[in-house]
Amino acid sequence: MSAHDLKTRLRTRDLRTGPKTRGTKLLLRAGLLTVLALGATFLLDPYRNYQLATSAGVFAAVAGLTLLVGLTGQLSLGHAVLMAAGGYGYALTATWVAGTLAGADGEVADGVVGWLLPLLAGVAGALVTAGVLGLLLGLAAARLRGPYLAGLTLALVIALPSVASTIPALSGAQGVSAPFVPVPDALSALIAVEQWHAWLAILVTACAVTPLVALRSGRAGLRMRAVHDDETASRLAGVDPGRVKTGAFVISSLAAGLGGVVLAIVTQQVSPGAYGLGFSLLLVVAAVVGGLGSLGGAAIGAVLVTVLPWVVDQATAGLPADLSHRLQGNLEIVLFGVVVIVVTILWPGGLSRLLQTTKFFRNTKLFQNTER
Amino acid sequence: MSTLTIEKLTVGYGDGAPVLDGLELEVPDGAVVALLGANGAGKTTLLRSLMGLVPARDGRVLLDGADLTDLSTEDRVRRGLGLVPEGRSVVVELTVAENLRLGALWKKGRKNKGPAREAAVGQMYELFEPLARRRDAAGHTLSGGERQMLALARALVGEPDVLLLDEPSLGLAPLVVAQLLGVLRDQAAATGLTVLLAEQNVTGALSVADRGVVLSLGEVVADRPAAELAADPALRHAYLGF
Amino acid sequence: MERLVFLLSTGLARGAVLALFALSLVIVYRAARAVNFAQAAMAIVPVYVAFAVTAASGSYWFGLASALVVGALLGAVVERWLLRLVPQDNPLPGIIVAIGLVMVLQAGLAIAFGPDHRPVHAPFSQRPFEIAGVGVLSPYDLFVLVVAAVVMGALAILFNRTTIGLQLRAAAFAPETSRLLGVRVPRMVTLGWMLSIATAALAALLLVPTGLGLDPHAADVLFVNAFAAAVIGGLDSPVGALVAGLVVGVLASLVTGYASAATAPLAVLALLTVVLLVRPHGLFAAREARTA
Repeated sequence: MSAHDLKTRLRTRDLRTGPKTRGTKLLLRAGLLTVLALGATFLLDPYRNYQLATSAGVFAAVAGLTLLVGLTGQLSLGHAVLMAAGGYGYALTATWVAGTLAGADGEVADGVVGWLLPLLAGVAGALVTAGVLGLLLGLAAARLRGPYLAGLTLALVIALPSVASTIPALSGAQGVSAPFVPVPDALSALIAVEQWHAWLAILVTACAVTPLVALRSGRAGLRMRAVHDDETASRLAGVDPGRVKTGAFVISSLAAGLGGVVLAIVTQQVSPGAYGLGFSLLLVVAAVVGGLGSLGGAAIGAVLVTVLPWVVDQATAGLPADLSHRLQGNLEIVLFGVVVIVVTILWPGGLSRLLQTTKFFRNTKLFQNTER
Repeated sequence: MSTLTIEKLTVGYGDGAPVLDGLELEVPDGAVVALLGANGAGKTTLLRSLMGLVPARDGRVLLDGADLTDLSTEDRVRRGLGLVPEGRSVVVELTVAENLRLGALWKKGRKNKGPAREAAVGQMYELFEPLARRRDAAGHTLSGGERQMLALARALVGEPDVLLLDEPSLGLAPLVVAQLLGVLRDQAAATGLTVLLAEQNVTGALSVADRGVVLSLGEVVADRPAAELAADPALRHAYLGF
Repeated sequence: MERLVFLLSTGLARGAVLALFALSLVIVYRAARAVNFAQAAMAIVPVYVAFAVTAASGSYWFGLASALVVGALLGAVVERWLLRLVPQDNPLPGIIVAIGLVMVLQAGLAIAFGPDHRPVHAPFSQRPFEIAGVGVLSPYDLFVLVVAAVVMGALAILFNRTTIGLQLRAAAFAPETSRLLGVRVPRMVTLGWMLSIATAALAALLLVPTGLGLDPHAADVLFVNAFAAAVIGGLDSPVGALVAGLVVGVLASLVTGYASAATAPLAVLALLTVVLLVRPHGLFAAREARTA
C-alpha cells in the first residue's frame, strides 16, 4: 500500500465504524466466547480439563507470536522464554504476597483474599517481567532483520538454563514453585480442582487474547501491516517503524507472559526445563499450522500441539517396550516437522485459510488471515 | 561469424499486453546493428529475452539456424551469445582481474583452459589500458567509466559470436562513450563480431553501426542503413525525438 | 597463570571447531543469502553415520570420510529437493522450513538410534601435554587444530585460487550477471550447500568426543555459539568467522574456567547482543549486506 493510501486509511479508519461500537461489539463477542468455554468445561472429565487449561496457556503465547510474525514479519524463536519470564514473575510475586499475608495473620490466610490477592499480584508481576524482557528484545528487534532476530532469540532460549542457575531467586534447574490456587468454598461442591484451574486459565487467556483482537483490527494493526509491507512508505506516512516493531514485541510478550501464568497456575511449577528449545519451536509450529497472523488459527494450533503428543502416546502404548520408548516424545515431533514444512511450502495460509474457504466460517472474522 | 535470427518473438510480463508482439529481425553475420527507440519501446526486454532471462510467450530465436528457444541463459552464453546488461554489471565484490577471468571461463562452448584464458585476459588489458593499471582493485572502487569498460571487456574476452549491448553509454561522459564505441567498432571490424547495440544515444550508435532498427511499442517501425536513418529528418522526428 | 595458559590453549582448540562451524554458516550464507537454522541437525546426521561406520570398520578415518561424503550428499538433497520449493522473496518461510527440518531430523535420529547419549572415543588421547609442569593441549586438541587449519586452508584455496571458487563467489554476489557469463548458478548454490554441510559435519565430528557424547542435540549449542561468531564476524566474511570463532571459543573457555560452565552461554549471549546492537552487520563485513 502506498504512503498516501496508508495516510488516508489511518485517518478514516474510525469514521466508518465508531471506536465505541467496535469496542462494545468486541467485548460482547469475547465475553460470549469466554462463557461458552467456561460452560464447555462441564462436559469434560478432569484430565480433559487439565489439557484444556494447558492449551489455553499455550494459546495465549501462540496468539502473541502469530500476531508478531504475521503482522510485523518478526520471527521470534524465543517465545518460550517470555512464557517462562511470565511464569517466574507470577510464581515469585504470588509466593511473596501469599507469604506476607500469612505473616500478618500469623496463620495461613484463607477465604477469597487468601488466593485472589496473590493471584492478582502474581499476574501483575508476570506482566512486569515479561513486559520488561519483551521491551528489551523489542528494542533489539527494531534494529534487526529476520535471521538476526531469530538467531538472537534462539541464543536466548539456549541460555535460559544458565540464567536460571545464575540468578539465585530462580533456583536453577529445579525451578520455583507457584502457590496452589484452591477451589473457592462456594464452588467446591460443584467443580473439581482441574475444572477450576481450567476456568482460571480461560479467564487469564481471554484477558491476554481480547486486546490482541482489538489491536489487530484497529489502527495499531494497520500500522504493523504497513511497516511489514514497506518501511519507507510507512515512514513517509508518519509511522515510526522502530516504535511499531518494539510495541508489537512488547504486546506479544505480554500475551506470552500471561500464557506462562496459566501454565504456572496449572502445574504449580516453573522450571527452565519446561521452556526449552523444543517447546519454543512447538509454539512456532502452532502459529504456522494455524496460519500466521490468525488468532483463530492460533487456537487450533495450540490445541494441536497440546493434544497430538498425548494422542501419539496413546497410539504407541500398545507397541513393544523398546519401540514405544523410542517413539515416545519423538514421533509427534517428526509429524509436526513434516506438517510445518508442507504447510509452509504448499499451503502458506495454514488451517485458518482452509477454514475460511469453507462456507461455514467464511464470515467469521476470527479466522482472518494476514499473510498474503 | 554468426547470424542472429528472431522469428515472431512475443514477450510479455504477467498477464499484461505483450511488450514485444511478433517481432521479426535478422542481424546478419558480422553486422553492427543499432537498436533504437524511446523509453519503453521494448529494447531491454528484447535483449533480455534473447538471452533467456525473460521467457518468450511465442516465437523463436536462432543462432546460425540453431534454435536457442529452449536453452537456459547459461547455455545460450556457451553457444556464443553475449550480453552487456544495462547498468554497470560489474561484480563489485570481485577484482578487475577476477571479473575478466570469469568472463573468459567459457569460449565458444568450450571450457577455456589456463594459459589460453590468461592470454585472452592479457589482450583485454592491451585493449583497455586503464583496466591493466587497476587489475587488482575491487569492482566497487572503479569509476562509472571504468566499470562500463570492464563490463565490455568482460563480454569481449569470452569471444562471443554475437554481442548484445544494452545502453552502454548511459550516464557516462561523452568522451568515455566515444572511446567505448570506438573499441567496439574496431573489435567488430577486426574479428567479424556480430553486434546488436541498443541505445538512446542515437548519434553515437549510428556512427558505429551499419544499420539502424527503430523499435516502437514492441514493433520494428524502421530498418534502414545507418547513414540513411541519420539523414532522414522525418524518421528522426517521428521515432527518435530530434 | 598455569590455569590461564591451560584455559587459553583449550579455548583455542574449542574455538577452532567453532570457527569451522561458523565458516560453514558463512559458506551457506554466501551461496543462498540465508542463515541455515537446520545446520546443527544437518551436521549431526553425518556424525551418526560416521559413528556407525567407525563401529563397523574399526577405523576412525573411514568414519571421518563417510561423514564428509554424507554431509555433502545431505546438503545437496536438502537444497535441491526441499529448499528450492520454498518461496524466496522473504527469509521467513526459509527459516520456518529449516525449523521443520530440525524437528524431523533430530526426532528421526532419536527414533532410529534411541534418545540416549552414546559415548564416543577420541582417536587420540585427551590428556594434556605438560610443558614445564603446565598442562597445555592434549594430543586430540592438537589433532583438532591441525584438521581445522588444513580444512580452512583448503577452503581458502578453493574459493580464492580456483575457477570453481571464482564461480561460487560470483554466483553468490551477482547471480544474474554470473548466468550471463555462463556460470551455472543453481549448480553453484548446490555446491555451496554441499561444502557447507560437509564442513559443519566435520566440526560436529571433532566436537563430539569433547562433550557428553553423541545425541541428536549434540551440536545445538555449537550452532548457537557459531551463529554468534558468524554474526560477530559479519555473515559474509570467512576471515571474520575464523577470528570471531577463536575469540568466542577462548571467551567461553575463560568464563567456564573462572566463573562456571553455566555462565558461558550467558557470556556468548551478551557478546552477541552487544555486537548486534552496535554493529548489526558484524565487525568484519566489508560493506552493508545486500538486502537478504
